[in-house]
Amino acid sequence: MKATTKTTYQIPVGPIHPALKEPVMFEFEISGEKIVDVDVQLGHVHRSVEWAGMRRNPIQILYLAERICGICSFCHPIAFARAIENAADIEVPERAQYLRVIQGELERICSHMLWAGVAAHEIGFDSVLFLTWQMREKALDLTEFLTGNRVTKAITMIGGVRRDITKDMLPTINEALTYLKDNFEKLRHIFLDDKTVKMRSQGCGVLTYDDAMKLCAVGPTTRASGVKKDVRLDQAYLTYPDLDFDYVTPDVLTGEVNGDVYDRIIVRLLEVKQSIDLIEQCIDKMPAGEIISEPKIPKLLATLKKARGEGIGVHEAPRGEVIHYVKLDGEHENPYTWKVRAPTYNNILAWIPMLLGEQIADIPIVAASTDPCMSCTNRVAVVHNNKRYILDAEKLHQLSIEKTRRIMI
Amino acid sequence: MTKNKEIMAPEEIVKYFKDEFKTKIKDSRIEKRTTGINKTPFVNIWLKVDKSIFKRSIKHLMNIQFPHLAVVSGNDLDKIIELIYHFSLYFGKRNAEIYLNIAVELPKSNPTIETISDLIPGAVITEREKQEMLGVIIKGIPDNRRVFISDDFPKGVYPWRKDETGPEKMVRNLHEVMKK
Repeated sequence: MKATTKTTYQIPVGPIHPALKEPVMFEFEISGEKIVDVDVQLGHVHRSVEWAGMRRNPIQILYLAERICGICSFCHPIAFARAIENAADIEVPERAQYLRVIQGELERICSHMLWAGVAAHEIGFDSVLFLTWQMREKALDLTEFLTGNRVTKAITMIGGVRRDITKDMLPTINEALTYLKDNFEKLRHIFLDDKTVKMRSQGCGVLTYDDAMKLCAVGPTTRASGVKKDVRLDQAYLTYPDLDFDYVTPDVLTGEVNGDVYDRIIVRLLEVKQSIDLIEQCIDKMPAGEIISEPKIPKLLATLKKARGEGIGVHEAPRGEVIHYVKLDGEHENPYTWKVRAPTYNNILAWIPMLLGEQIADIPIVAASTDPCMSCTNRVAVVHNNKRYILDAEKLHQLSIEKTRRIMI
Repeated sequence: MTKNKEIMAPEEIVKYFKDEFKTKIKDSRIEKRTTGINKTPFVNIWLKVDKSIFKRSIKHLMNIQFPHLAVVSGNDLDKIIELIYHFSLYFGKRNAEIYLNIAVELPKSNPTIETISDLIPGAVITEREKQEMLGVIIKGIPDNRRVFISDDFPKGVYPWRKDETGPEKMVRNLHEVMKK
């Protein structure tokens, strides 16, 4: 028999991938420990949300949009509501815009903290996982206090929001924000000054400025590579132009941009601080007034049925730019077309340059560093010398922990 | 990578395209909205270009700046399929961003269009999605596989089509689909 000359082997990772427990399938071409090629396969949780939406009226779609993603349950309805408001020329009261910003920023705090905990877990730092999630609990309590729900908030309406913030609620909000601010410093110290975190994340999973631009990456992933792209600052929407804040890129802190995992940690952490600050600014500046332009839903639906036009709604979700496109034909109650684009859609291709040349043990932390949001399997099958054996998520996680231990010695 | 030299006004951008392509720009619309206490404006430009100059218009756009392609969306308009490319320009500067939406109409009898992934590599996934969802053919696409729909989904059924090639029949007779 002729001996094979092939020196690389393939490992499929997924469909439940090892970082965040969501379905995406990677096929890695491995040479020794090094990744030489990556292919990404998607679609394991495609639920035809857009198709279903085109058979529902805009109010019903708000609820459907909220269920696209558990973590971004504010981002999708707000992007959809903005698209409809643009298509049908609906004015939104000033106070409602402030309330929307508060919800958007609160969601960012919850999401970034969730990610920080998962990232710490991926490199075997479980005490930090518990610390961050303890803090996140406070942010979730605040969400529940403001909206009535911890996850699916049901706060967005077309033309405004559903619930107001009254004077008697302010002490509870201030107390929660003070708690987050006081504990943020501890978190910042652990993530940004700790030797282990630095060792595992610096110089790993690099995405260059050029690649980030070419692959149309969005959110903290692209900002960590030095591309200043943040919808909140780029375009005037909600009340962001009236608030005082700036782009967060890693050079704000370290003076340089490397585009590695460490830089993505910096961007997300500093954004938590920024979001707390934005909520405080909103509470200070919020004018009195209505919170919704048309509270009667049948009347609103009748207006939308007659409306004709197309609109796009964009919002900076925790993971980056989310965009919805809506076309109304003026005859039907249901939108003619509804297109949803979540941020991870644009960040998928960015994984390829990040993962090339890295080691198998780095897959979890690099994949987690873009904070992917899809849904992932619990096993990894390794095909080596035509023998097939299964590596489960625990084993892969173990490899990651072992690498941390190894480089600490 | 080209960095933006100076920021063009929305009217200038429309003129920039009209000067180059004359009547091949079939429609143009500037949509301006303001928000906040200071009434800060935000601009959406909608352009409709002829299929024959589509690729050239994207190249022309790239002379302004390397754009960010947000997504490609599409409409099934009976006899034609309309694709809309949503680009973002001038991001990175506060409140300076302009959204440029370039629409192109393809006849349903021959729904082919050139790929732009050679110019903007990040366009591949959204182009693949348009192939499977709307049944358009992207000429020269580097990766021809399906992206979201599974491989055992029948060929010739396109979920976003509103005619007989849409999935309505399948949805009504789900029990038959299961048998296969």
